[in-house]
Amino acid sequence: MREIEYREAIKEAIIEEMDSDRRVFLIGEEIGVYGGSFKVYRGLLDRYGPERVINTPIAENTIAGAAIGAALTGYRPVAEIMAIDFTTLAMDQIVNHAAKIHFLSGGNVNVPLVIRTQGGVGKGVAAQHSQSLEAWFYHVPGLKVVMPSTPYDAKGLLKTAIRDDGPVIFIEHKKLYSVKGGVPEEEYTIPFGKAEVKREGNDITIFAYSNMIIKSLEAAEELSRHGISCEIVDPRTLVPLDINLLVDSVKKTGRLIVVSEACSRGSVASDISARVTERAFEYLKAPVKIVAGLNTPIPYNSTLERASIPQVNDIIEAAKKIL
Amino acid sequence: MVVLSDKEAALSDRKKIWMLEKLIEIRKFEEKAILLYRAGKIWGYLHPCIGQEAIPVGACCAIKKGDYIISNHRGHGHCIAAGADIRKMMAELFGKSTGYCGGRGGSMHIIDMEHGILGQNGIVGGGIPLSVGAGLSCKMDKKGSVTLCFFGDGASNNGVFHEALNMSALFKLPVIYICENNMYAISMSSKDSVACVDIGKRSCAYGIPGHIIDGSNPIEVYGAVSEAMELARGGGGPSLIEAKTYRFYGHHTNDPAEYRSSKEVEYYKSTKDPVVNFKRKLLEEKIITAGGIQEIENKLDRKIEEAVTFAMDSPEPELDEFLKEIKE
Repeated sequence: MREIEYREAIKEAIIEEMDSDRRVFLIGEEIGVYGGSFKVYRGLLDRYGPERVINTPIAENTIAGAAIGAALTGYRPVAEIMAIDFTTLAMDQIVNHAAKIHFLSGGNVNVPLVIRTQGGVGKGVAAQHSQSLEAWFYHVPGLKVVMPSTPYDAKGLLKTAIRDDGPVIFIEHKKLYSVKGGVPEEEYTIPFGKAEVKREGNDITIFAYSNMIIKSLEAAEELSRHGISCEIVDPRTLVPLDINLLVDSVKKTGRLIVVSEACSRGSVASDISARVTERAFEYLKAPVKIVAGLNTPIPYNSTLERASIPQVNDIIEAAKKIL
Repeated sequence: MVVLSDKEAALSDRKKIWMLEKLIEIRKFEEKAILLYRAGKIWGYLHPCIGQEAIPVGACCAIKKGDYIISNHRGHGHCIAAGADIRKMMAELFGKSTGYCGGRGGSMHIIDMEHGILGQNGIVGGGIPLSVGAGLSCKMDKKGSVTLCFFGDGASNNGVFHEALNMSALFKLPVIYICENNMYAISMSSKDSVACVDIGKRSCAYGIPGHIIDGSNPIEVYGAVSEAMELARGGGGPSLIEAKTYRFYGHHTNDPAEYRSSKEVEYYKSTKDPVVNFKRKLLEEKIITAGGIQEIENKLDRKIEEAVTFAMDSPEPELDEFLKEIKE
């Protein structure tokens, strides 16, 4: 299979969906000539023109609102919010509008909208450009939350997101854009709510998503050299969540590590821990271990930055502790 | 500059009688809703637009099928003027399964896609960003449709007002921003909240036409909106209309509005009541007789009663159905 970058995979999904559905259009900041701040959209303005690649002023709440308004009136917009940190400026439209309208209409009206954004640590861009805010969206009923870890997943899930009746928050990781992975030439989609076992194992289940899949795979490789066999479960979509696959894995291994780049307080990780404990308590041979970011704003200094989020060694140490 | 006499000349007597009917329908619907609220039949928040009816009526007199309406918390008038079914509205106020939202929304959240009503809104200013998207749709559809976006003086101070007007003007979107300046954001006088005297003059900042009009006169509202419509349908972009108005009740049914002097309230009720004034106008112009008005009143009384009966007789939402909708 050919290998392409995560950003290329996203772009391919966009192109395929825009080519097959006139109702799909792009809206966001710096998505025209500039091609998106991570260059995902390079060349798309030339391909589709300014009517379908709408380059906006810096106005996140109105970008989100415009996408909602267009979604209500027959289109399927893909809005880009340049960084998840800036979704804070669009929270009214995302939380009070996108997430509510289908419900408030008594189920009569859909909001087929994708908000693409990126988050995460690892580029030295400090506290206002490095956050992992997925828990905010995970918490709000009415939103779907997608966090792909590979180019293959990113493409298949984005195509599903665009075809979904939404709203979908599609969260990419800034460290993943240049990562290459196998993506077939032929068309495919990945359904929401289907986790994937990224590595099979018997001793410990590791639940991780987005960039933490990469670190977990490295940790599992290292642990295997010490005779410890880890099973890595990637939910791919946090909402809807494939809890059954995770619970089945925990029933098999009897141990769970939840890895999260986001800080631990009020996190998806702590919710996962609670949910698995509820469902599989009697199968657990050790307490669930959460390996998460520290409860701190992300520092600029590279040593401090690294210390703020889980590293491969933290996962290895956690595994050794619960065995 | 809108030449009102030209705009009025274009209005048939039938249209003016339609306006009168809608003014009375909104008034009666809300008067009934207030009584039902006080009787404990409906609950939650209910924000009457009584006193402001001429704005939705005048504006919706200028709309065509395919146009969109974006409303706010004080939105019964927008819905009724745009053609919403008052039976389904009343049922929604009662929280019944036959209501526009199946009992999920209540008074602040009626959404009726059949009539292009993209929703009332419980967030002040929350509907304004949606106008950009609806406007983009209108532009991309190339069918000459226009989006009307209603909001109040309070919302005009929210950041999205600037974001959305700038973006709509930039993209020349067919959107008409209609600020219903009723002089109060809950209790805050616009004198204390708006740094300029006329919100309509903020249009200058976006290089778009601004109209400052008497919102108690549906003909004047129609005139400004139809002019903005012509501009929008022709690709000329958005307009901002500030319609000066007054709400006769408090912010909602539980607000006695003690922050306003009785003298002030009496002044507006006695001089700016759109229903009273428009009746008088049509009588003076001999477009309708007193008997004709009485017939309309009787007809609408029956219609409102039917709506209440429909609402009361309607089933409650099914709890099982609600629980089934919750995926995880």
